[in-house]
Amino acid sequence: MDQRSSLTPPPALEEIEAAVGSTDYEVSLVSLNQWQLAWRRFKRHRLAVFGSILFLTICAIAVIGPFIIPFDFYTIPEPLKFCVGSTVLRAASGCPPSINHILGTTGGLQRDLLTLVVNGARLSLTIGIGASATAAILGTIVGGVAGYFGGWLDNILMRIVDVMLSLPLLFVILVVAKFLGGGNWFVVMLVFAVFGWQGIARLVRSLFLSLRSEVFVDAARAVGVNDRRIIFRHILPNAVSPIIVAMTLSVASVIVGEAFVSFLGFGVDITQPTWGNILSNSLSFIPLGNWWWPLFPGLAIVFTVLGINFMGDGLRDALDPRSRD
Amino acid sequence: MDQISSQAAAQAAATPGTVATPAAGLEPAAPAAAVSGDGQAEVLLDARNLKKYFPIYGGILRRVVGQVYAVDDVSLQIYRGETFGLVGESGCGKTTFGRTVIRLEKATAGSVSLDGQDVLALNDRDLRRMRRRMQIIFQDPYGSLNPRMPVSDIIGEGLLAQADAENQWGKRSVRDKRVGDYLEAVGLRREYSRRYPHEFSGGQRQRIGIARALALDPEFVVCDEPVSALDVSIQSQILNVLSELRREFHLTLLFIAHNLSVVQYFCQRVGVMYLGTLVEVASVEQLYATPRHPYTVALLSAIPLPDPRIRKKRLVLKGDVPSPANPPSGCRFHTRCWLYEKLGRPENCVTVEPALRDVGGGQQAACHYAEYVNPSAVQEATAAQDAVATAAAD
Repeated sequence: MDQRSSLTPPPALEEIEAAVGSTDYEVSLVSLNQWQLAWRRFKRHRLAVFGSILFLTICAIAVIGPFIIPFDFYTIPEPLKFCVGSTVLRAASGCPPSINHILGTTGGLQRDLLTLVVNGARLSLTIGIGASATAAILGTIVGGVAGYFGGWLDNILMRIVDVMLSLPLLFVILVVAKFLGGGNWFVVMLVFAVFGWQGIARLVRSLFLSLRSEVFVDAARAVGVNDRRIIFRHILPNAVSPIIVAMTLSVASVIVGEAFVSFLGFGVDITQPTWGNILSNSLSFIPLGNWWWPLFPGLAIVFTVLGINFMGDGLRDALDPRSRD
Repeated sequence: MDQISSQAAAQAAATPGTVATPAAGLEPAAPAAAVSGDGQAEVLLDARNLKKYFPIYGGILRRVVGQVYAVDDVSLQIYRGETFGLVGESGCGKTTFGRTVIRLEKATAGSVSLDGQDVLALNDRDLRRMRRRMQIIFQDPYGSLNPRMPVSDIIGEGLLAQADAENQWGKRSVRDKRVGDYLEAVGLRREYSRRYPHEFSGGQRQRIGIARALALDPEFVVCDEPVSALDVSIQSQILNVLSELRREFHLTLLFIAHNLSVVQYFCQRVGVMYLGTLVEVASVEQLYATPRHPYTVALLSAIPLPDPRIRKKRLVLKGDVPSPANPPSGCRFHTRCWLYEKLGRPENCVTVEPALRDVGGGQQAACHYAEYVNPSAVQEATAAQDAVATAAAD
């Protein structure tokens, strides 16, 4: 140690300063913004990465699947008399998974289950994502206005939220979806959006309330920045992370909710397949031994919800500004 | 004004070795404020009977059940070019006063004028224009920068808001140049404008906050405890930067602090606040040599000495600061006043609120018995307190 220091004398402070440039020694090599940092944290969350891959795969299947699979949804096949490897007449109860129909066929019309599940993915996901995104936008607007402007406006908006949250949600959805929608998926999606924004509104309101009193907002006000810019450049960007997390998790619950409503026969009708109404139709064939019909759309729901929840969990950790790496 | 000789600031900034007391390495403040030709100092900021009450809500109906008298009838003049220190304990209303003066808080009553213009009466448009002339540097270097914004936007945003045909700040290139200039003025590098706040240390962040305030070329800047959240070694750097910049830009500062030794070196005049009222105003020399309000005496006696071997006899105030929602009658300080005890509890201390009055040499104090405050009285009070303490210990 002694030897080394005698070989290379430590540079004087002035030399270091001259080399580094007057004041600052902390020079990080890459400059990362908050989103890049969040992405770095997200990548380290293995379950979240797994969940995202699962969810994105299902989304990809929903988008391109119908073009790849051999059967068209709108052409109803010739009813099979015999199933593969069987001499028993099973036309009524459908065929179990086989080479031709890898997820089996439905009872009755003997439709290919793979075709149904893949086509069902489109609507189930569209309804889930669409309703959640619409709810998030509605909730952000209402919560943002209430939280930022406060006063009587806040009072009125929050009382509306309270009233809507106190309604027996499922019952209202069943009634409204049936009588307004008549089985149209777009109406079902809107119903879930209209009854899904209250939680996000409360969240956004509380975020706006606390961000409004941040010092950097005062600082912006002190230099003459107007309300609009304060909302869109200072408050909203800092509120976006929790909104994204809440929205992601609500996609899962809307998918389950839609499946439930359709299962009860109050949602989307059978001409437009969703995982829920596929399940619903399988009901009377379960006693005939057709286990594959309810199983595969059920699994599709389970995997989708699981993937979304893992992803949402990871997002929550990654986007939390308090978590440091 | 675009051309900033950043040399001086950079030099001031480059003192990482300076530790010890926060004021170390600072030259004493210039004795006199900018004085116009006829020897008469010009008032830049004039606050008259300023009041700021915060309502307390209670009950299920959230009705107003009381008020916190954060700033209660404070009148104060700050002269052009001077640095006015405002000191007092936490919660005495000094920060609220600073914020109310530049209209970050809405005043309950009173008036504030900057260079003759009534600040509190301005409409939105005129207020925005006025914001260019009055700025603020915040205490918290972490909370005062938006974590989602790069430095170029943090500093440039004020320029954008204040852009007009004359200054051309609406143009990106003009703005970016000015942001770079001011980063250099506070001792940072131009290239830092692309970075985000989390990449900077506390001292660097505070420099960014200073650059943001000064980029608008203000005349009057409220410094709300700009160094109290920083390490002692960094404090002196930031004070040096501020000291250089106030000279270069001819700034008038309202320097809010609770560290009296910083104020001594940095300010020309000082106001002392207690429970929302101004109890003494004096030049730094007068205040530290001959304090005339019993509270100021106690405050000065609490200054820590940098030498741990010296045992100092302190004048310790008994009790806690009373609630600003329910301040004592008469003189607000009488519940803790050593002079009140020493003079045998005179009645007017409890019944009559003392006004700020001239006690000689331009020094003002809000005490009925300011003339009784002198070194021997203080010594006696300290001794008496000591005796009580010893007796209690026995």
